[in-house]
Amino acid sequence: MLTKRIIPCLDIKNGRTVKGINFLNLRDAGDPVELAKFYSENGADELVFLDISATEERRKTLAELVLKVAETINIPFTVGGGISSVEDVETLLNNGADKVSINSSAVKNPQLINDLASKFGSQCIVVAIDAKQIDGHWKVHLVGGKVPTELDLFAWAKEVEQRGAGEILFTSMDHDGTKNGFANKALAKLSTELNIPIIASGGAGTIQHFSDAFIEGKADAALAASVFHFKEIAVEDLKKELKIQGIPVRL
Amino acid sequence: MKIVIINYGAGNIQSIKFAIKRLGFEAILSDEEAEIRTADKVIFPGVGEASSAMQKLRASELDKVIPTLKQPVLGICLGMQLLCNSSEEGNTKGLGIFDVDVVKFSNRVKVPQIGWNQISNLKSGLFEGISENEFMYLVHSFYAPLCKEAIAISEYGIQYASALQKDNFYGVQFHPEKSSTAGAQILKNFINLTSHV
Repeated sequence: MLTKRIIPCLDIKNGRTVKGINFLNLRDAGDPVELAKFYSENGADELVFLDISATEERRKTLAELVLKVAETINIPFTVGGGISSVEDVETLLNNGADKVSINSSAVKNPQLINDLASKFGSQCIVVAIDAKQIDGHWKVHLVGGKVPTELDLFAWAKEVEQRGAGEILFTSMDHDGTKNGFANKALAKLSTELNIPIIASGGAGTIQHFSDAFIEGKADAALAASVFHFKEIAVEDLKKELKIQGIPVRL
Repeated sequence: MKIVIINYGAGNIQSIKFAIKRLGFEAILSDEEAEIRTADKVIFPGVGEASSAMQKLRASELDKVIPTLKQPVLGICLGMQLLCNSSEEGNTKGLGIFDVDVVKFSNRVKVPQIGWNQISNLKSGLFEGISENEFMYLVHSFYAPLCKEAIAISEYGIQYASALQKDNFYGVQFHPEKSSTAGAQILKNFINLTSHV
């Protein structure tokens, strides 16, 4: 049986992990490779690296990092952040990334999804969508949720599926950072209306929140950062509890 | 031990190379017939679209080389699918080693299947030391239906062949290079198979 995936997300800036990470047993908690290795050996099903650096060197640094991660870990990983061309994707995949995630660049140039899917296959193209509710309507936001657009979440999600995205990573800006749970209603609507896997993101605070995202939200995978980085929840404990609740997970 | 990964421009070869390196071996990437024929083990990778991958194989005449190889050959993911009779993806003929036609998952399940699924009914030396119902990482929209050459079965809406074997040819739909320690064990088993070159 296909299992539900638990995905720790690492924010990367200039080749280092950022967003206070509390890993006392690591030699260097800022080293993304070490952190990735820790997660891969402790039950994570997949990892996401989100590059938030803004320097000109970012492309080269990220490509080098991907190579080191691929050399070290034996689970799949996705790379996202500022990816805007076929060439960017080619370099990252050649260096060993399994998937790439595109966000703002897909909204600005939707044809990019078609181009990437036809060149590399849908299976490695994740489209990340950040959205929040404005007057009761889910609107897509860009630049890490700062810039609102007129795009409706569900219409945009359907469009990216039709254009060849293999997966959608949906972050609710209303829930992100709150630790009050995932946006389960919106997740369930996405998961029911679309026929590609949906990754839930934003709002994880407790083990029950993950369970709710899988059962009420019908999500195929759940992503979180701080609850894992600060060891509030250990991935293995989380998966054991999900299994007790009857949710299929890999243990 | 000479391990050659067939490099025909389809797929994430780096990860396989690294996985083999973690086992203490060096793999060579090559599209040269002489290099491939003299290998002890041949890995045939592939990610992407079937008909364009077949075109690349034809352009380099590897489509004639691969079916005549005598040493153990391991097709991974699309590599496995291309070793079958045909694929519904781009309606292409395959290399015809495995007597089965690759078809698309129905829309009753999410397509592609992405994630960790179990393998069972394990029937080959390739799975030495691997438990029934072990988890493997899979990413695919097309699958090989159950057939006499199946050496592992998985379930996604229907039961299908997640690994195949005929003589010296092995094929796995999952990615052993991305399937944690159990995946590494399968690659190790493949490398340890007796070669008859």
